[in-house]
Amino acid sequence: MSSGRATSLTIETPEGVEFSFDLASPVTRSLAWIVDLAAIGVLTKGVDKTGEWLGHLNQDWATAIAVILYFAISVGYGIVLEWRWHGQTLGKRVMGLRVVDAQGLRLQLSQVILRNLLRLVDMLPAVYLVGGVACFCSRNCQRLGDLAAGTIVARERSSYAPDLEQMAPAKYNSLLAWPHLAARLRSLVSPESVSIAVAAVSRRDGFEPLARIELFRELAEYFQSLVEFPEAAREGLTGEQYVRSVLRVIYGGGRG
Amino acid sequence: MIIDLPRFVAAERAYWDELHAMLKKLEAEPERRLPLDEIQRLHYLYERCSSDLSRLDTFATEPQLRAFLESLVSRAYSVIHETRAPAKIRWKSAILAFPRAFRRHLGAFRLAVGVTLLGCAFGWFALHMDPRNKAILMPFPGLQEPPSERVAHEESGAREDRLRGIKASFAAQLMTHNTQVTIMALALGVTFGAGTLILLFYNGVILGAVATDYIVGGQGVFLAGWLLPHGSIEIPAILLGGQAGFILAGALIGWGDRTPRVVRLRAVAADLVAIVSGAAVLLIWAGTVEAFVSQYHQPVIPYSLKIAFGLCELAALSFFLGWAGRE
Repeated sequence: MSSGRATSLTIETPEGVEFSFDLASPVTRSLAWIVDLAAIGVLTKGVDKTGEWLGHLNQDWATAIAVILYFAISVGYGIVLEWRWHGQTLGKRVMGLRVVDAQGLRLQLSQVILRNLLRLVDMLPAVYLVGGVACFCSRNCQRLGDLAAGTIVARERSSYAPDLEQMAPAKYNSLLAWPHLAARLRSLVSPESVSIAVAAVSRRDGFEPLARIELFRELAEYFQSLVEFPEAAREGLTGEQYVRSVLRVIYGGGRG
Repeated sequence: MIIDLPRFVAAERAYWDELHAMLKKLEAEPERRLPLDEIQRLHYLYERCSSDLSRLDTFATEPQLRAFLESLVSRAYSVIHETRAPAKIRWKSAILAFPRAFRRHLGAFRLAVGVTLLGCAFGWFALHMDPRNKAILMPFPGLQEPPSERVAHEESGAREDRLRGIKASFAAQLMTHNTQVTIMALALGVTFGAGTLILLFYNGVILGAVATDYIVGGQGVFLAGWLLPHGSIEIPAILLGGQAGFILAGALIGWGDRTPRVVRLRAVAADLVAIVSGAAVLLIWAGTVEAFVSQYHQPVIPYSLKIAFGLCELAALSFFLGWAGRE
């Protein structure tokens, strides 16, 4: 059932360039929904309080306003936020998700309204069972509302270019003294391991000192297991310095 | 192939930043019309970043920079290749979009009316065959007593206001409930129309059974006076929800249409929203009328006046849906 499910949606532009959206998993979407549910709970609590206050003036009208506001919040919460925040609700913002057009075009108001109105069916019979099953069965993890509106929920991507200088400054790099080994390292290393190393270097100041040493030691050992540089190249380098030198080798530049 | 990534980033970063700034401005003001030189610059930056992304493909070990460039290119793509106008709420065109959308899909509306009438006929037939079916067909306590008794009861207490102090909240409950039913009629279109069909048929069955019960009981005038003031708007509004459901189902099924499903759905999305929004507005009116007018009977409001009022509403709605915004 879920074996045919894609983890990303690739779009090819007429210029022949491909870009992709990382699809949000049903689990992440459920977590975002829980946050949204909490936000709706807070808003309805506010309506309760307003109703109580207005009840002192006129109970009938206070109840009428409360009934209409409950309905407006339950239907309008997703519509208003996804439209104002370009495809995000509070839950999606917290979980780093965004509703986008399935063809990569600009998200339209009609799409936002439609996917939120069809939530009524997706929520049947309870706790998003229909939507959840549709999500698991559909290739791009779309609930029925997404299928009808032509939308997907994607993970948000970084809108800032990585700071290569901060991660791996262009200083003397002892590994580059062995260019054939450096070239071998570039060809063997996987994008996933580089991305872990980049994340570790970017967030290094937030780690506990001992955890930081241990993490970089393990990463250094992993990179050494891929390509073993001579002792002279590694001499005096801590695990962290070794990982940063590896990143510099991978990104290119620096002095050998 | 990129040999020196930092040098590549240093050379191209200014263009990426410029595109990022332009996109940010455009995303904040989607209705903004760019002058020609800015459009040309935007297109140049988009092509340059696309080319950078292609060059980066040869450098498979840099996922973070690739993600950043993909994000830039996808945002620029959505701005440059979008042919639909940005949504700007202009009240006049928003109001006229409703009847125009209605007329574009008259077939779906006829189908909704047909299914409801079929339900009415079934309701009439079931009650005609065995009056004991009333309890099953109309499971509402207010409709269980014989029509003549109910009319006598309603008319005897007509002078005392039974809804005193709860009229507004009653109207609000009617509005929200009926709007929910209408949205459901649309949303169930996603079941290839089966859900919409069942919902409309069931509504028709109740309507047919109630009408049969009152007409056979000789209370046709009371029924018309009770139903028409709000029903002349409420029933068409639910039919409009059914119309939207069948439009959605039609786009999903795509009989004889070779365009991809996603394109078909995209083509009807705005019409669906216009129809359901219009129906929701109608239901606000219907709820108000039901709470403040329909529940008051002769001698407080003469039936002839209530029937005339309902017929006027129906005529006005028909005129609006049939003629408003014709070009």
